[in-house]
Amino acid sequence: MKKGVMRPGHVQIRVLDMDEAVKHYSDLLGLIEMDRDDQGRVYLKAWTEVDKFSVVLREADEPGMDFMAFKCLSEEVVDQLRGELAAFGCEIEDVPEGELKDCGRRVRFIAPTGHAFEIFATKKQTGKWGVGNHNPEAWPRGLEGMKATRFDHCLLYGPNLDETLNLFRDVLGFDLAEQVIAPDGKRVAQFLTVSTKAHDIAFIHHEEPGKFHHASFFLETWQDVLKAADLLSMTDTSIDIGPTRHGLTHGQTIYFFDPSGNRNEVFAGGDYHYPDHEPVTWDAEELGKAIFYHDRALNERFLSVLT
Amino acid sequence: MDSALPCLKKSDGGRPMGEFLQVTEQCSGQSFRCKSGQSVLKAMEQQGLKCVPVGCRGGGCGFCKVTVLSGQYSCGKMSRMHVPPEALAQDQVLACRIYPLTDLIIECRPQQPAARHTNEHTTTKAMR
Ligand code: FES
Ligand SMILES: [Fe+2]
Repeated sequence: MKKGVMRPGHVQIRVLDMDEAVKHYSDLLGLIEMDRDDQGRVYLKAWTEVDKFSVVLREADEPGMDFMAFKCLSEEVVDQLRGELAAFGCEIEDVPEGELKDCGRRVRFIAPTGHAFEIFATKKQTGKWGVGNHNPEAWPRGLEGMKATRFDHCLLYGPNLDETLNLFRDVLGFDLAEQVIAPDGKRVAQFLTVSTKAHDIAFIHHEEPGKFHHASFFLETWQDVLKAADLLSMTDTSIDIGPTRHGLTHGQTIYFFDPSGNRNEVFAGGDYHYPDHEPVTWDAEELGKAIFYHDRALNERFLSVLT
Repeated sequence: MDSALPCLKKSDGGRPMGEFLQVTEQCSGQSFRCKSGQSVLKAMEQQGLKCVPVGCRGGGCGFCKVTVLSGQYSCGKMSRMHVPPEALAQDQVLACRIYPLTDLIIECRPQQPAARHTNEHTTTKAMR
């Protein structure tokens, strides 16, 4: 049941070298630099996004994800959910308005997988970059690189998937769109949506808490994924795997790494989900095909290379 | 890509760019050429060898951890989680982020997956 959470709002990613990272996320992915703050953080967005930013980069001495945030319909929803998160037993931190530039107060909580998430309702809206919303053209000129259209989802690795599903489904109103089930009946992967997208957040079971697998950005077509691969070769950027197709969600994809070793994905296509749909289930024996539909085999990197 | 920062504990040998240096991995006995300015992991990959596991190639995942047994090198930025100062002091570094200044002998011991889990950390502190 929907609880007023709308969509992924932003992700804050730690990088080892800010200049290299900004070059990667803007020149190669095609995000647009929107702002910087006095802590040196850099704010970026993809061109179709209406809110001011969706990716925040922070320089640190180890890479990974600081937090991922979801935007809610209203401040009342945030208040309501804050109470429910506390009742669920989550550790909660109130982050004041303005801590991220042009963003309202956020309620941060730690999921049972060890990851920090946030909910918020207020962020400055600068409109779709270069086109606006009044007689808009099809797309703006002057986009760089892969021309990523939106920040789409993250895949995170950690323990306690059952409790995390309960939290996201019962408290925050996400649906379980796809899952991978081990022979002993244990769910080892869960893809959750709060929209009709195939996933807004995904988790894979892993003993170590709080690990970051990838942040993913949406492209329009398979041809765009191939051109993204061309750009990765042109810039000698570290490719993980692809271009290929996922079995899970059936998106067409390529995985690669930012200069600090954080994995990124760009993808096109894929399935959709409505609340009355049963979850799609993959057997763990078919995990290779579920992850990489053509190779039908997992590479060791997919399971163990994390930040 | 491979912009080497001077490593804190090693002095720069001042070798000219473009020179080939020899890197030998002790466990496999495999050895390969590495251009100065090129990372050890990249040189290994280019020559089709697999004696060091390849992960992110960006100093972030710790997959390519090796110990340098002899020789001088400079290092790029590496995740402090995988290369804390104590490890760096013992020349335990990431092959994707070291750039030989002289011929090197490195050792890559197969990692037990469990060993990677002992170094638990939370990302919730100091994230702003
Ligand atoms: S391959 Fe990831 S740290 Fe070297
Ligand atoms: Fe993904």
